[in-house]
Amino acid sequence: MKGFAQLFKQLDHTTKTNAKINALVEYFSSAEDKDKVWAIALFSHRRPKRTVTTALLREWSAELGKIPLWLFEESYHIVGDLAETIALVTPKATKKSDNTLSDWIAIIMNLKDKEEAEKRATILDAWTSLDQAERFLFNKLITGGFRVGISQKSIIKALAKFSGIEDTKITHRLMGNWDPKSITFEELVLASNPTEDQSKPYPFYLAYSLDITFDQLGDPADWSAERKWDGIRGQLILRGGEYYLWSRGEELVSEKFPELAILKDKTDKDIVIDGEILPYRDGKPLNFNTLQTRIGRKNVTKKHLLDAPIVIMAYDLLEYDGEDIREKPLQERRKLLTNMVNLADSDRLLLSEEVLFDTWEELAEEREKSREFLSEGIMLKHLHSPYKSGRKKGDWWKWKIDPLTIDAVMIYAQRGHGRRANLYTDFTFAVQDGERLVPFTKAYSGLKDEEFKKITQWVKKNTRERFGPVCSVNPELVFELAFEGIAKSTRHKSGVALRFPRIKRWRKDKPKEEINTLEDLNIMLAEFG
Amino acid sequence: MQLIEFKEEGLYVPQADVYIDPWKPVDKAFITHGHSDHSRYGNNSYVCTHSALPVIKHRLGSHINAKGIDYGEEISVNGVKFSFHPAGHIIGSAQIRVEYKGEVWVASGDYKTTKDGVSENFESIKCNAFITESTFGLPVFKWQPQSEVMREINDWWRSNKEQGKVSVLAAYSLGKAQRIINNVDHSIGKIFTHGAVENVNEVIRKQGVHLHETTRVVQGQKQSIYNGGLVIAPPSAVDSAWSKKFKDFSSGIASGWMAVRGTRRRRSADRGFVLSDHADWDELVSAVKATGAERIYVTHGYTDTFSKYLSSIGYYSAVVNTDYTGDELSVASDVEKRIETK
Repeated sequence: MKGFAQLFKQLDHTTKTNAKINALVEYFSSAEDKDKVWAIALFSHRRPKRTVTTALLREWSAELGKIPLWLFEESYHIVGDLAETIALVTPKATKKSDNTLSDWIAIIMNLKDKEEAEKRATILDAWTSLDQAERFLFNKLITGGFRVGISQKSIIKALAKFSGIEDTKITHRLMGNWDPKSITFEELVLASNPTEDQSKPYPFYLAYSLDITFDQLGDPADWSAERKWDGIRGQLILRGGEYYLWSRGEELVSEKFPELAILKDKTDKDIVIDGEILPYRDGKPLNFNTLQTRIGRKNVTKKHLLDAPIVIMAYDLLEYDGEDIREKPLQERRKLLTNMVNLADSDRLLLSEEVLFDTWEELAEEREKSREFLSEGIMLKHLHSPYKSGRKKGDWWKWKIDPLTIDAVMIYAQRGHGRRANLYTDFTFAVQDGERLVPFTKAYSGLKDEEFKKITQWVKKNTRERFGPVCSVNPELVFELAFEGIAKSTRHKSGVALRFPRIKRWRKDKPKEEINTLEDLNIMLAEFG
Repeated sequence: MQLIEFKEEGLYVPQADVYIDPWKPVDKAFITHGHSDHSRYGNNSYVCTHSALPVIKHRLGSHINAKGIDYGEEISVNGVKFSFHPAGHIIGSAQIRVEYKGEVWVASGDYKTTKDGVSENFESIKCNAFITESTFGLPVFKWQPQSEVMREINDWWRSNKEQGKVSVLAAYSLGKAQRIINNVDHSIGKIFTHGAVENVNEVIRKQGVHLHETTRVVQGQKQSIYNGGLVIAPPSAVDSAWSKKFKDFSSGIASGWMAVRGTRRRRSADRGFVLSDHADWDELVSAVKATGAERIYVTHGYTDTFSKYLSSIGYYSAVVNTDYTGDELSVASDVEKRIETK
């Protein structure tokens, strides 16, 4: 565990990507193969199945730290990370341990189905034999969420540097379903013909926001445009008569969308489609909130299938008849895709239609209509572009519409988590409705630390009441909020739910008497909801 | 007896018409220490310890009507006995003991109970009511011994030196800076200081306190003279263009907040060292217990939590709203700005 703790410290101590890559290379050169596989797994969000509930971890750590449970919970709220809170409140180690990373993981996995007393003894023994940094990592092995600011890209770069194998090959090898318990480092990274896995997706090609001028884009005739649909980016794989669906987060989500399984009977060829997982009915997309009812659910009921029907809105074809066609120009891929979709003739697989335009001005006008289509804007793709891996500039651009905005007053404030533990950063906002204020959204990003500091000072002096970590404050500070969409909601007092609300700016110039009203929100709902 | 009242202007002793660390201008102000949230402009008269006086005059101006007093010396105002006792926070910092008709209250300002080798060592004072800070009043804050932290700083400095880098360490210019200057391993290299730190150093040396040799960073020096050196600067300077003059440097921050990974990551420094001039959780709890007081007033920091905890272990405890911040990082930047513009 010492080596892994050392790696973690190095990654945590620097903000520079190169230093992180070097630390990883150093680790890959010295660690045991088993530990390397686990390190890759952990940094790419794979972890052993949880064998101890967090409720028990909280209880035992409060007990070991000799503090009441409520005090543990308040500390956790401030620190914002359970694994870290436990590491901080538990006392110094009283013994030593030479267990490696994979030893500890084996110990944790072994707790499955054990009696509570045995679990407790094992966990307390671990806590008393690990130093604070190791204790934190040990807890992370149980609770998950290894956020060290290390991207998948950096891990791939480091493995490429260490092994001398190309980045793209490593990227492919690390994707898909592999089990760190059984796979060896050799099989995962080094083997030139890795075990064929017919579910294996291609890396997604992601676009940057348009930040160049029309002149720089050149001739409109070289470009293809389509709507930027507001669902979840997905990759549909139909190979060997099977159906797989991957989300952009490299998560296999086939089982969450069982209605798409019929697509495997619609073609006899092996194909891979890049598209949007989109809730869709009667010839038009549904609000993103509809899709949210389907995410994070293991069991899909008939009601879900009825209320939130899903389609694949196809953007691109990456594999055709078993052949990787990503290097072919978009134009050709698109032609094959169109044929493919027409032949499949299914109401579950739709083609993302091209938006036709002759001049950039015409396209700009089309972009203005985005909300009518419940889309987020326009995607621009060069007709000759290959399908690249990862976020790349030049051939593909996303051109989003400007967000909706509203002026509102802050009524509740809460201290931030983790990164901003000592500042008030989470706010609830209200609009005016006659004499009363109606809360309608929370927002917690968009301001600079300097501004959060000022607001924190202000909150301390303007607190009316406290409800645990939340303070109600005098309704005085006015903010302009930006959001991507608005939908009807029965869960909120205001009757509306906003999509991706954030703080656009602090309107110090605006008195609270001039904020927007509930009626304004309802007008927006009628227009865009 | 409510010997000290909590008023809009500050902590008030009505029987003596004296305020302790007022945040609005008053006639008579007794000051625990020189940090800007405790000693402010505009009071008609000031009383503080002899060793706190030079810095307070340096900051507020030599024209102020201020009087120094020895630790343990008693002054009587309208029958109320006041005395100042070491708080261990920074040089000259004091807890103010107030006694009237047998009732004793202690206002402790900011304090830590461990020795730092520069400040006068904390003394526990028996009292009926104790007014305490709680800047780090959560059980997640538990400091390592100073020697451990200094070892980490030394290792970092040494490794930067080996790579030909300058080590730029952010520390509050009054208190933490001097603590670091005197306790790091001087055999590693030279120590340089930002003007705000060096100004305070000059004041402190003049009052007879020994500080290890430091060199002020000035414009137009050759880059190479800093190589391998340790530069102590206020946090605001480390974050600003000022630090760009060191071409190849590693940055660090010394603060109690660095104990929490999130706060550490928010500051874009390469390293965070957990070093505070405030009491940690265990120190706060044991300091409260040692006073023998039955009533505890909690003034700043994680007041709600700490007060609730004290109530749960049998104390009468209440939160008092003050203008003290105790927030090492944000206080620091405010003070530095003021010192720099002077």
